[in-house]
Amino acid sequence: MEGISKAFPGVQALRDVQFEVRSGEVHALVGENGAGKSTLMRILGGVHQRDAGEIRLRGQVVEISSPVHARQLGISIIHQELNQVPALSVAENIFLGREPRRPGGFVDWTTMYARADDLLRDLGLPIDPRRRLGTLTVAEQQLVEIAKALSVEADLVIMDEPTAALTVEETERLFRFIRDLRPRGVGIVYITHRLEEIFSIADRVTVLRDGQYVGTHVVGELTMDELIRLMVGRQLTEKFPKETVALGAPALEVRNLSAPGEFADVSFMVRQSEILGVAGLIGSGKSAVARAIFGAIPTTGGEILLEGRPVTIHSPAEAIAHGIGLVTEDRKRLGLVLGMSVAANITLPILPELQTAGMVHRRREAALVGQAVRDLDMAVASPEQPARNLSGGTQQKVVVAKWLQTRARALLLVEPTRGIDVGAKVEMYRLMVDLARRGVAIVMISSELPEILGMSDRILVMHEGRITGEFTRETATQEAILASATGRTRSAT
Amino acid sequence: MRPDPPATAVAPRPPRTAAREILRRYGIFFAFILLMIALTFLSDSFLTVSNMLNIARQVSINAIIAAGMTFVILTFGIDLSVGSVLAFSGAIIAGLLAAGRPLVVGIGGGLLVGAVMGLINGVVITRGGVQPFIATLAMLTIGRGATLVYTDGRPITGLPEAFVWLGAGEIARIPVPVVIMALVFAASYVILTRTVFGRYVYAIGGNEEAARLSGVNVGFYKTLAYVIAGVLSALSGVILTARLNSAQPTAGMGYELDAIAAVVLGGTTLAGGEGSITGTLLGAFIIGVLNNGLNLLNVNPFYQQVVKGLVILLAVLLDRRLR
Repeated sequence: MEGISKAFPGVQALRDVQFEVRSGEVHALVGENGAGKSTLMRILGGVHQRDAGEIRLRGQVVEISSPVHARQLGISIIHQELNQVPALSVAENIFLGREPRRPGGFVDWTTMYARADDLLRDLGLPIDPRRRLGTLTVAEQQLVEIAKALSVEADLVIMDEPTAALTVEETERLFRFIRDLRPRGVGIVYITHRLEEIFSIADRVTVLRDGQYVGTHVVGELTMDELIRLMVGRQLTEKFPKETVALGAPALEVRNLSAPGEFADVSFMVRQSEILGVAGLIGSGKSAVARAIFGAIPTTGGEILLEGRPVTIHSPAEAIAHGIGLVTEDRKRLGLVLGMSVAANITLPILPELQTAGMVHRRREAALVGQAVRDLDMAVASPEQPARNLSGGTQQKVVVAKWLQTRARALLLVEPTRGIDVGAKVEMYRLMVDLARRGVAIVMISSELPEILGMSDRILVMHEGRITGEFTRETATQEAILASATGRTRSAT
Repeated sequence: MRPDPPATAVAPRPPRTAAREILRRYGIFFAFILLMIALTFLSDSFLTVSNMLNIARQVSINAIIAAGMTFVILTFGIDLSVGSVLAFSGAIIAGLLAAGRPLVVGIGGGLLVGAVMGLINGVVITRGGVQPFIATLAMLTIGRGATLVYTDGRPITGLPEAFVWLGAGEIARIPVPVVIMALVFAASYVILTRTVFGRYVYAIGGNEEAARLSGVNVGFYKTLAYVIAGVLSALSGVILTARLNSAQPTAGMGYELDAIAAVVLGGTTLAGGEGSITGTLLGAFIIGVLNNGLNLLNVNPFYQQVVKGLVILLAVLLDRRLR
């Protein structure tokens, strides 16, 4: 791929990027969130069309027009987010869209199950291909997704964070399988946030930063520190503008909280002006904790205390009334009403205070929104602009602005910087510091270890629905957190 | 904090988008004007005061139902039961009035029946978790059956003069149903654009989960939308019963489709969250003008249906193109 550029409304996602994979090589692609890794791979997978540049496959210039076309060209993608049908069986998911057929268009079930069984056994997965996918754990689903990608006998396999939900053993099994693929001449693009994985599996690594090509290096000639410097560039020093603020009284306390199927027996306390980081892998239940405190999912037992007083919260409306705010991990699906204006989104939680006899005070609303737009430095053309057209970073500011309006005293932030570019991230961190200084208690739930380490006063780690570790800012290391997050240790403070 | 660098700021809109935006927003209005001009040239008896008032009176029943339908569709719902609600509440009104009850009791009873039927729809959908299509389809059948049971399949007649005035009377030369329609739309406009409830309707339809996580009592406000649809269907039942001077057990059959057509023609998307009550009024008028014009031009009534369907299809296809 050469000279690849791609712009989305409001964002230049890729600028003149080049990338090359040789057959039989594992090529790692790294960069922070928003660096353009996923966009580049979606172009390769036919999901997006590039604005400029050239793609060559085995020396031939190709136009990849659709995901189906990409598959025909021998390109197979394992997506970061699972694209699966939970109601269908494992085998049906693996062969979705290319089921073995009998004459007349009937599905050849015998062949399908036999082939699925072979594949799963190759991967060392003791999974019955007849089982419904929805009954598997997240990690197992991820492995099924990998089996699916490998089943097409592709020349190029793209793995987008394949180990995000896997345990150490499962990861090791996957790596063994990847090493087996290499001699067969398959090229593998390996995208990951876990840099140590690169050193154990990849041959070369390409670094992207803010949508631009930084360089390609042979892994053996790099150290971890050099790689990190390439990824974050010169912004490393000011990346986490954390300040130590004197902690106040207990703001939010949770005692033995449980939610069926999500997490169990979770207890913690966060003080005014404190940033409590909660780390854990996908499926560890960490984001469910936030939803449960906020009254969005039912809990079975446990207590929530606000400023020392026990409260009952059965709905988000009650949580808001108690001064809790929730910035969700998926702003498009959970945080914003994309078709509504920036202004209407910002005031949505406080409309009851902005009305008389049901009529909205539009002048007061405009004043509040104008203030919020200035305070958070939002890049909006007008407050009446639909939220849909904003960049990810600005959208995230709109979501945060909502909770500033409610004067939340405890703020639950779930993946607060997912999918926004580096500059916007730093702004988000500054905002968190600013809020902490004003006495807001912050629970930051994140899968990004660097921000957990960089921004938290204290860190909790979850694994399979339980808290498995607690660290202070001083005692926390990436290795120790990962060990707790994969359930290898049970550490005390 | 510093502003985003220029490259990541909102891209300037190409000029073509501005024209598109105008077309998208006011396209339905242009279409209406074009239709009016065309019919004025095609038929001498089209653009007359009496024909205009005639169209407005004919449109009023569908328009009022469509106003309620707009609330429901904006929440990403649908109400198929409006025709049956109209029929059943019309029958109740006629029954009460024919039995000699005062006007207020008759009309109040009818509107209450509409409200209760809407409430049941809303509760079944929000509490029972039944899809709106299914819940209101059941209500469509139940309401029609209840009407047939109540009327024993025969029209109810013998209504007082004062009631008939609601369908046939005039205020300052304007037919009473047209006045009621104007009031309904004025109120709906204020509710949808100026009130907290209106804001919630759009928020729920645009992203129900985000609305819930912003503290909106989604179940309550969704139910309220169905209650409004029920009451407005019953209000149409009042007008239709008064105009026919009787309650017909088969009244309102298929009205749900005309109402949905008016809403969709008016640019409200069935996916919820986007649309307007003014659009619905225009949509209802386009259907009414089209009916009237095709009649004046002596088009075979069987073909009229085909033309109407094609116009709706064309309008929605255009709308999708412009989005």
